[in-house]
Amino acid sequence: MNEVTTRPEVVAARGIKVTFGAVKALDGADLVIHAGECVGLVGHNGAGKSTIVNAINGGLTPHAGEISYGGIRAQHGISTARANGVRCVFQELSLCPNLTVNENARIMHAELAGWNWRSRAGALVELQLQEIFPNHGIDCDSTIDDLSIAERQMVEIAVSFAGLNQKPKLVILDEPTSSLDAGLAAQLMAYIRRFVGEGGSVLLISHILGEILSTSDRIVVMKDGRVVADRSASEFSKRSLVEAMGNVAREKEWQRAGDKRNGAPVLAMPARRGQGLAFEAHRGEMIGLAGLGGHGQTETLLDLYLSRNSNWWPARRKEIAFVAGDRSLNGIFPLWSILKNLSIASLGDFSARTIVDRDREGALGNGWKKRIEIRTPDMENRILSLSGGNQQKVLFARALATSARIVLMDDPMRGVDVGTKQEVYDILRLEAAGGRTFIWYSTEMDEIRLCDRVYVFREGAIVAELAGDEITEKNVLEASFSGGEAA
Amino acid sequence: MRISTSTIRLVIPAASLALLLAAVFYMQPRAMSYTGLNLLFNLAVPIALATVAQMLIMAVNDLDLSMGAFVSFCACVTATFLQASPAIGVLIFLGAIAAYAVIGIVIHVRELPSIVVTLGMSFVWGGLAVLMLPSPGGEAPGWARWLMTSRPPFVPMAIVASIVIALVTHFAIMRSSAGVLIRGVGGNVRSVERAGWSVIRIRAGTYALAGFFAVLSGIALVGLTTSADANIALRYTLLSIAGVILGGGEFVGGKVSPIGAVIGALTLTLAGSFLSFLRISPDWQIGAQGAILIVVLGLRLLLNRLEKREKSR
Amino acid sequence: MTGARLLLSKPWIWSFAATIAVWIVTVLFTGGASSLGLSQAALTFAAFSVIVGLGQMFVITLGPGNIDLSVPATMTLSGTMALKLMDVQDGMIIVGLLVSILLGLGIGIGNYVLIKLLRIPPIIATLSMSFIIQSTAIWTNRGLRIKPPEILASFTTSNLFGVPNIAIVALILSVIAWVLLEKTIYGRWISAIGQSTFAARMTGIPVDGTRLVTYILCAVLASICGYLLASFSGGAALNMGSEYLLMSIAVVVIGGTAVAGGNSNIPGIWGASLFMFLVVSMLNTYGFGAGFRLILTGLIIIAVILLAGGRQSNR
Repeated sequence: MNEVTTRPEVVAARGIKVTFGAVKALDGADLVIHAGECVGLVGHNGAGKSTIVNAINGGLTPHAGEISYGGIRAQHGISTARANGVRCVFQELSLCPNLTVNENARIMHAELAGWNWRSRAGALVELQLQEIFPNHGIDCDSTIDDLSIAERQMVEIAVSFAGLNQKPKLVILDEPTSSLDAGLAAQLMAYIRRFVGEGGSVLLISHILGEILSTSDRIVVMKDGRVVADRSASEFSKRSLVEAMGNVAREKEWQRAGDKRNGAPVLAMPARRGQGLAFEAHRGEMIGLAGLGGHGQTETLLDLYLSRNSNWWPARRKEIAFVAGDRSLNGIFPLWSILKNLSIASLGDFSARTIVDRDREGALGNGWKKRIEIRTPDMENRILSLSGGNQQKVLFARALATSARIVLMDDPMRGVDVGTKQEVYDILRLEAAGGRTFIWYSTEMDEIRLCDRVYVFREGAIVAELAGDEITEKNVLEASFSGGEAA
Repeated sequence: MRISTSTIRLVIPAASLALLLAAVFYMQPRAMSYTGLNLLFNLAVPIALATVAQMLIMAVNDLDLSMGAFVSFCACVTATFLQASPAIGVLIFLGAIAAYAVIGIVIHVRELPSIVVTLGMSFVWGGLAVLMLPSPGGEAPGWARWLMTSRPPFVPMAIVASIVIALVTHFAIMRSSAGVLIRGVGGNVRSVERAGWSVIRIRAGTYALAGFFAVLSGIALVGLTTSADANIALRYTLLSIAGVILGGGEFVGGKVSPIGAVIGALTLTLAGSFLSFLRISPDWQIGAQGAILIVVLGLRLLLNRLEKREKSR
Repeated sequence: MTGARLLLSKPWIWSFAATIAVWIVTVLFTGGASSLGLSQAALTFAAFSVIVGLGQMFVITLGPGNIDLSVPATMTLSGTMALKLMDVQDGMIIVGLLVSILLGLGIGIGNYVLIKLLRIPPIIATLSMSFIIQSTAIWTNRGLRIKPPEILASFTTSNLFGVPNIAIVALILSVIAWVLLEKTIYGRWISAIGQSTFAARMTGIPVDGTRLVTYILCAVLASICGYLLASFSGGAALNMGSEYLLMSIAVVVIGGTAVAGGNSNIPGIWGASLFMFLVVSMLNTYGFGAGFRLILTGLIIIAVILLAGGRQSNR
């Protein structure tokens, strides 16, 4: 370990603080990466992994703390990071799908100017692909659209590792093996070791702990916006990693009303794409969808919702309601007042499908304003005048005000302050006791622990079902991180 | 080796052009001659140029509803200023191209819908054209007339010009670095931005280039018709959009094909002649064009479906 | 302070203020002699723009990319078919109107079927549709100019208490549209779809059904307008709709309806329609030609959209 720390720093981020509204995404996190090492970065949802990556690659300016490249503090920004040899392979594919492989390389590498760039770009990518994934069989003249997902990921990795005049100093890989098969993943890991051996650095983020343990020199564990462990990889085992990510000591006792699984399920779905377990929900249950973010939970909720909702005819009776998580994208209607935002889903219940009954609408609004404590002087104010937490309360009220017996929730507490959360939890518990069924995708362990039953998702399928006392942070983490070796 | 999507995308337009041409030859064997071909494709050159201009705008996910009015404006400038005092004419064209760049910048910076901005611009160009030529008139510059009516050996001018346009734009859009950036903006703006390029400059350049091709279209049109009027090319707005789509281009995603666009323009020109050969009553000519558009779009949807099924297998 | 806020919250006030200013300037130029005639002409011609503008507004409210280009062709076909059917008989007036409305219904459904089936942007779907409609109109018309029934012709050209009947019809249609937009669930739905289609879908709004109804509504209003316009001008002409393509979009944009969708404005359409007509007649009285008029129209559209801005910055 001492041998590593004497090498020069490539990137150092010290005391970084980033807040999004009420949420502290990073709370004084340190991350130093030296030349010639591979650092593994692990942590559960919301631990701050992607935020610190964005701070390092210049996409996000921290509110406090300093970032230096090669030991020198410089101006912050994407171009500074790029100039200092920092490259990033993002989780979502960031190639232009309509262009060919070498054309994408041309966009990523501005120095490929001049005549004959096409064949030089092709040669560059080809060489790099050959080096990382021997016998890859990708034609550099084919359009990204024509490639399989795995091939696209391979191209993106190769383009990032390639360097015309100089090799990159640090390559950040965010879940690079998510769509590669075991053989390709092994080739990539082997290449990372070679790249590091030649003096480059890699920051590796992955939910497959086996990969992290075998490839990294050093592993950094994050939790709640802080670094909670930073040790040599050899000092970790899978078990100790899971324990470091979680907070085993803080296992709160929770009063559960026993098993509610009686009678026919109110909602059921066979296993997605024929893999994993089937899904079912019963009356009055609160069901959690857990696992790392983006592993199929939101898609499951959308499938459940859209399959029970006509796109052509107004529903006579609403049987299912949805609470959005990404408020600005798919929740609120920004031009409207708070009241209109609240009542839109339940207009049909009291307006007999024609003229909106303004009095009853107002009464509904005032009732929910009191019940869920929306902090506004007037429900006619614009929705955007509310804080994020209060906007979220409006979305909850929108769903709960309907006659729907099933409520789907898509990580609705993202970016909501603690006080608001507690208020909403109480209402949810009350509603569940009244016979409503809640299906709740959450990235927060505290919320998952409130549920009667939990389905853990990994790679688009349900891999574990936990009920009652089995719902512990440790069990959820184990289910979401394990099994990577099989893939 | 797999056949690339862009090649497949060219198959339908090329096949429909060949089919249409065969049908025309079958019905009117005399068309199978130098003069016949020249007559059939005569008006294709300005349409092809306007289609290429529209294709550039569509490559960055926008749409230009002022194309017809702008080409009319350019035709009027050609028939008046460019003919009488070439220097002023060239200056006006440079100003118009700069105006296109400004439109691109405004649309990008203010995040305005291109449809409405270009709709407003269509009034402006139309008004300027009417100011220049209140009634049909003007005269084509001698060189434009000569260029458009010259008779190269073996192959008619219209076809030579179409091939030249297709090759030049194919090189500019599909092969050059600038073309890659233009299509990159249409495909994934964020990734172009992340790589450190200025998207606003790319957009402005794209619009300016589109303006340039539209200017050429106006000049070519006057070279053929010898005079101009303010409404001479109004239908080009629709023809150019239809041409891009027929040629395998898409509305979004930077998926365009210059060769396809030129073929699309040729097909549309030929469709007009074909319908008149068919002795379809002139009443239904426009309607038949609409029907052809619908059929081609339907065919393309079918092809996309097949392709997707192939890929998911 | 409150005055300023009122002005900002009610953008249509601008179009009315501009209308009044232009009206005064024009009347002053003619020495006050033409004020009544000018006002009646303005109301009559604005009424046609208002009727088609209302339909276009509903469609534009559905959000970016939604636009109906088949409006002019629909107007032409409706005018020619109705006049041919009525064949100068007063007894057929109602039948003619009903046929017009049915025609609009059919075209609206056709438009949305194309949008949905071919998965193409509305602009291309309605455009292809308009070619077919235009051909049908040419075929129906056959160059004949049939006069409208006597009663209908005099109804469309006469006044009630000095107000043109056409303007009264447009006003009634506007009030109905206003109720639809502001008071009904349907109005809430189209506004929600325009602000965020996905969010609308996720609150349980039947998005496809609502959009279908909206395209039908637009086509029906265009049909009614064609029926009235043909009767007003003493017969249908094949190009009678053409100037309403851009006009229907222009009055909606100038009237303060958000181009990005979700927010519509009926009083603004009246202000914009009157304004557009008065600008034209003002320029005419001052002796400016068609070219200048067009340039000014274009600059007004661009200026209004620049001021109104694109997408709300909070997105």
